[in-house]
Amino acid sequence: MKQRTLTITGGKLVTGEGVAPGAVRCVDGLIDAVGDIAAQDGDEIFDAGGKLVAPGLVDLGVFAIDKPAFHFGGITRAGLMPDADPPLDHPARVRFAAQSGKPDFWVHPLAAATAGLAGESLSEIALMREAGAKAIATGRKWIADSGVMLRLMQYAAMLDMVVIAHAEDSAIAGNAAATAGEMATRLGIPSAPKQAETLALARDIALAEMTGARLHVRQITTAQGLALVREAKARGVGITAGVTPAHFMLSDLAMAEFRTFARLSPPLRSEEDRQAVIAALGDGTIDVVSSGHDPRGPEDKNLPFADAASGMAGAETLLAMVLTLVRDEVIDMPRAFALMAQNPAQLLGVEAGALDMGAEADIAIIDAEAPWVVDSRKMAASAGNTPFDRQPVQGRVTALWKGGAAIAL
Amino acid sequence: MTSSLDPIASGRFPAGALAFPHRDLIAISALERHEILYLLQEAERWVTFNRQPAKHTDTLSGLTIINAFFENSTRTLVSFEIAGKRLGADVVNMHAATSSVKKGETLIDTAMTLNAMRPDAIVIRHGASGAVRLLAGKVDCPVLNAGDGQHEHPTQALLDALALRHKLRERGEGAEDFTGLTITICGDILHSRVARSNILCLQAMGASVRVCAPPSLMPEGIEAMGAQPFHDFDAALRGADVVMMLRLQNERMDGQFIPSPREFRYLFGLTQERLALAVDDAIVMHPGPMNRGVEIDSNVADLPERSIITAQVEMGVAIRMACLDVLTRRLRGVPGWAPNSPAGDMV
Repeated sequence: MKQRTLTITGGKLVTGEGVAPGAVRCVDGLIDAVGDIAAQDGDEIFDAGGKLVAPGLVDLGVFAIDKPAFHFGGITRAGLMPDADPPLDHPARVRFAAQSGKPDFWVHPLAAATAGLAGESLSEIALMREAGAKAIATGRKWIADSGVMLRLMQYAAMLDMVVIAHAEDSAIAGNAAATAGEMATRLGIPSAPKQAETLALARDIALAEMTGARLHVRQITTAQGLALVREAKARGVGITAGVTPAHFMLSDLAMAEFRTFARLSPPLRSEEDRQAVIAALGDGTIDVVSSGHDPRGPEDKNLPFADAASGMAGAETLLAMVLTLVRDEVIDMPRAFALMAQNPAQLLGVEAGALDMGAEADIAIIDAEAPWVVDSRKMAASAGNTPFDRQPVQGRVTALWKGGAAIAL
Repeated sequence: MTSSLDPIASGRFPAGALAFPHRDLIAISALERHEILYLLQEAERWVTFNRQPAKHTDTLSGLTIINAFFENSTRTLVSFEIAGKRLGADVVNMHAATSSVKKGETLIDTAMTLNAMRPDAIVIRHGASGAVRLLAGKVDCPVLNAGDGQHEHPTQALLDALALRHKLRERGEGAEDFTGLTITICGDILHSRVARSNILCLQAMGASVRVCAPPSLMPEGIEAMGAQPFHDFDAALRGADVVMMLRLQNERMDGQFIPSPREFRYLFGLTQERLALAVDDAIVMHPGPMNRGVEIDSNVADLPERSIITAQVEMGVAIRMACLDVLTRRLRGVPGWAPNSPAGDMV
C-alpha cells in the first residue's frame, strides 16, 4: 500500500547536532529529506506548531508488548526481553514475537542466552538471529556459572551480537527485595549489599575484555558499578551501560510504607548512588535509558513487599523523566534522544532512532513543556504500577508516526 | 469488678481519644513517647487484675476478636487469646499456615473474608514484613500486629518495657522511663522484629541501646536507628544495666549465617562469666522461645533476682489487654473516645 507523502513542518528538529527549525519529508514510510526543506505539491502537511520533532523512541529491554503505553510514551520500537512464559529461547517463538507488534509497533526480540533462561546451557542463538532476534539477553537474572557466561560471550563475539546482561550476583542477592541500608533495616525487608552489582559487573567486564564480545548491561545502579564501566570504557572494552528512570529519580526511601510499586530489580539504591547515576548520565558513562516496562496488576503487587513481583510500568513516563534531566541541565536535548533512541537502535543494529535520510519514518512530535500528573489509576498501560504515581511532570507526545503512518493517540 | 481498678491518672496524658489517636497498633515507629507510656500505664491495672483469683471482666463483652496467625506461634497466640477472654470478648483463633495462604490475592481475600464476619478487632501475625499493614488497609476494625516478618512486634516491645519497669520499681529504682539505662540486645538482630520494636521503644523511653551480633546477623544501617552496634559481646556487656538475648531465627535464614550453634554460644552465648561483665545485678531478658545452651545458659536464664523472663510473659497478657481495651474504646462508645464526643468528656 502506497502511503501519501508526508511533510512535517513548523517544528524544531532534534538531531545529533542540536535542536533547530526544519522539516522532515517522508516517502513510502522512509525519511526522504530532513532539514531546511519545503513540502512539495500533493504532500500531506503536518504543522508541528513549534514543538519538537524527534525520532520515535527505541526502548531497549521491556517485558511486555503493551502498545497503548508505548504509543503514549512516543515509543515506536522495543527490544523485548526473553523472560516470557515460555521464554524466547526457541526460533519459532522469536519469529512470532518479532511479528507481534506490526504494523504500528516494532518488536525486536532479544534471544534468551540459555535454554529456559536457566543459565546452564546455551540456546540456539544463531537460529534465533535468523528468526529475527536482534541481540542476546541473559534475562532478569545474572548467569551465575562463569563457564557458561564465558562460552556465551565467545559465541556472541563470533556472531557479533550484543549480550544484554543483568548485573546482580545471585548468591549475594539471594531472596533480597531491597538494598541493605537504613530503609531496608527499618522496614525489615530482606536485603543484599549493593556490591552484588559490583561483583557481577567485574566478572562480566573481564569476560567481555577477554572475548571481545560487546556487552550491554541493562541497568547499572551504583556508584561503584559506574566507576567500573568508566574504567572499562577507558581501556577500550566493548561495554555500554543502561539504566531506567527509577534509579535516577528515586532512592530506597521510595519503599516507605512498603510501597510495592517501588519493588524493582535491581532494588532502589541509596541517595548517593542515585546521584552517581545522574552524574554518569551527564558524563556519558551511561549510554541508554530504557523504560523497563513491566506492567503488573494487583495480583502481583498487592502483596507484602518481599512477596510482590518486581518491576514497573515505565513506558508512559520514560520521556518525561528523561526530560527532567534536560531541564536540570544534566544533559542536552540531543543527548536525551541519543539515550532513548539512537544508542539503543545502534545496539540492536536497526536503522532507526534518528532523523536520518533513508531511515524508517518513526517520528514523534513532543511538547516538551506540557505539564501532566502521573496517575497510577489512569494509565494507558495494562497495569498502573508506576513508582512515580502523583508526580507532576512535563513533556508529552502529541503526534506519532511509525513508518510514516500516523498512530492515533 | 472494673470499679476496683485504678482510674486513669488525670492530667498526665491528653484527654480521651487524644491519648491514643490510632485505629491500629502496627508498629512502635508510628507511636509517640507519650502514647507508649499511656499504653504501659493502661496495662498496670491489668497486671494487678490478672493476679486475682477471678480474672474476668465484661469490658469487651459482645465483641468478637479474631486472632489470625499466618505463622506458627504458641506464646503470643495464647497470650492474646487469654487477654481477649479475660476482657470478656469472644475470641476466635485462625491458624493459617504460611504456605497455604501466601500467594496472590488470597491474602487480601482472607482479610476481606474475615472482615465480612464483622470482627471488632483482628490480631495478625504474618511471616512477611509489611503484611499486617497491608491487611489493615482492607478491614474496617482495629488491627493489632502480633509480628510481621522482620519488621515489628510492637506488643512484645511494650511488654518488655512493662516487665523492665516493674523490676526496676521492685528494686526501688522506680522511674517511669529508662533514662540513663544502657540496654544490650544480643543475638540474631538481622531477622528479629523484636529487636527492631525494642530498639525504638527503649530509646523512646530514654535508654541507650546497644546491639550485638556477628556481621552476618547485623542489619546494615542499624546505627541510623540509634542503636550502637557491637560484634564483641564482652565489650557490649561492659556497663550494661540490662541484657536482652534473642534466639537464632533459623526459619528466616536464607543460607548459612553462622558455622554452628556451639560456635555461636562460644562467641555470643550469655554465660554466668559473661554476665559478670555487665553491672552488678544487671537484669536478664529474653522474649522466648529460648534455646538454652545456645544464646543463653540455663543458670543465667533461671537466676531468680536477675532474670525477668517469666515476668515478661506475665506482662504480655496485661499489655495485650490494655491494647485491646484502648483500641476498641471508639466502637464501644467509651466517653471521650466515641467518634462524635468531645475529647474532654473523658475525665
